[in-house]
Amino acid sequence: MTLSVRARIAHPNFIFDVDVDWPAEGVTVLFGRSGSGKTTLLRLIAGLERPSGARVSFRNEIWLNGRCWVPLYRRRIAMVFQEASLLPHLSVRENLLYGYKRTPIAERKLHLDEVVRMLAIENLIERNVNQLSGGERQRVALGRALLTSPRLLLMDEPLSALDTQTKRDILPYFERLAMEADVPIVYVTHAPAEVERLADRVVFLRDGHIDRVETIKHALSRSDSPLFNDEGVVSVIEGQLGLKKEHGLTLFHVGEDCFWLSNPIYSDGVGRSQRLRILAKDVGIVLTKPENTSLLNILPVTIQYIEHAREGHVLLGLRLSGGQNLFAEITAWSCGRLQLHNGVNVYAMIKTAALAE
Amino acid sequence: MEYLRQSLSLSAEDWTAIWLTLRLCLYTTLILMIIATPIAWWLASGRSASRTAVQAVVALPLVLPPTVLGFYLLITLGPRGFIGGTLEDMGFHHLAFTFEGILIGSVLYSMPFAVQPLQEAFANLGRRPIEVAASLGAGLIDRFISVILPMTKSGFIVAMTLTFAHTMGEFGVILMVGGNIPGVTHVLSTTIYGYTEGMQYAAAGRLSLMLLIFAFIVLFVVYWFNRGFEMVKP
Repeated sequence: MTLSVRARIAHPNFIFDVDVDWPAEGVTVLFGRSGSGKTTLLRLIAGLERPSGARVSFRNEIWLNGRCWVPLYRRRIAMVFQEASLLPHLSVRENLLYGYKRTPIAERKLHLDEVVRMLAIENLIERNVNQLSGGERQRVALGRALLTSPRLLLMDEPLSALDTQTKRDILPYFERLAMEADVPIVYVTHAPAEVERLADRVVFLRDGHIDRVETIKHALSRSDSPLFNDEGVVSVIEGQLGLKKEHGLTLFHVGEDCFWLSNPIYSDGVGRSQRLRILAKDVGIVLTKPENTSLLNILPVTIQYIEHAREGHVLLGLRLSGGQNLFAEITAWSCGRLQLHNGVNVYAMIKTAALAE
Repeated sequence: MEYLRQSLSLSAEDWTAIWLTLRLCLYTTLILMIIATPIAWWLASGRSASRTAVQAVVALPLVLPPTVLGFYLLITLGPRGFIGGTLEDMGFHHLAFTFEGILIGSVLYSMPFAVQPLQEAFANLGRRPIEVAASLGAGLIDRFISVILPMTKSGFIVAMTLTFAHTMGEFGVILMVGGNIPGVTHVLSTTIYGYTEGMQYAAAGRLSLMLLIFAFIVLFVVYWFNRGFEMVKP
């Protein structure tokens, strides 16, 4: 049950050469810089590119192999593009139903009412397409894609044209979709935060080649991951959202440990699985647990390894009591002064912990 | 006032010419919409040497004197020409000096006026809406009817109006291919020519005024839709 692509496209200044497969389930992120071939790979899967000698197969169906060719409209794939791609001559409702009407009745799993509710677009449905904001357009585009009850959902940087606040508002919908809709998703992005939040596995692309395919856990556990190029090393910790207390803080359970979140929570639902995002440079180390401190999150950890980071700094690989990894970036001088080495039990002081968004 | 009254009194010959002209324009427009749409689509969908060559061929009538096109057509469609000769051999009549002959001439001569507005409309449309429609399960013809046609409607209106009007204004090609046979190839422009040759200036003036007003209306419509076209673009 895999999605597999083999293709070679040679342009004068760009060679795209991949031979890759991954399980056709969950969220697979294609990650790389612009020009790395992410979009080309996505378009190959969609059947919008058809280079000679290429081979594309999905589960046990061959979509492209020599003369054998299934055109996009027969693949039952849905796509969400980077820019608003709603059909301007149709209303929001007509856009939503465009693919639904063309889906065989027996294949329709989702219906207008559910999708409209899921994406909170009830009040947009009678509007004209050009009266919508960027975020609303993407939500409608996502709804339109879902209404075809696709077997595979392809998304080409669906958030990159939106501003930060809109991104933050719309991401929960994508996240919910990834969890609730039982459809494999291939998601193209160059934003590490989206990867951390949504991905089950990551396909790293560089200069038209596949660098590696890793599970998100793997990708986040090595400090030289390309995901960390922008902001430095980040720890992503899985846990369950807990209750919001009267002092405005929200509990977040990670195994036996407990985090306090001070940032406003955009996601609803106690007990929902979420990912917490902590920058390595926001984590400090103390040998004994301090009593009087303004910091909220001070957790017992074990040092797993120590490696060199940027100049004058070391990166500590720490393990939480539940077994999850946490990175801390401290100065080499502090590391020497505290005489830190592998296997030592210390406390990690976390300056900010926020839900991945 | 007297002039205007006279303007409206058309002879039976005039009416025949008007009717023939309208038929010619209508058929030319219909045929060109069918031929020009795929050509324009192909031209708009990329850049290549073969596309540039086709684009140049399509635009030839814009720069050639109509007599040149008419001359070649007469040679090909006539009894000894490649097409006319073949038809004669098969037992049909050749096409020189026939309605079919001037229809073929008009189609070729008005080709750029159909292809160019469509090509521009398709280029403006881009590939995205079509890819979106395909990803939502629409097949080729479905995409054309449900996305391409409504989104390039103004382009089609401009192409049809220009083709119709340009065919009406045709003269040289028709004279060369069709001669001047009443009821067969005697269209408005050649009728006016005939009146002027025979010094019947009043009759020539009536028809000329008609064509002038018609041409103005057509151009007005075209520019009106062209303006709308700019506004509709997403």
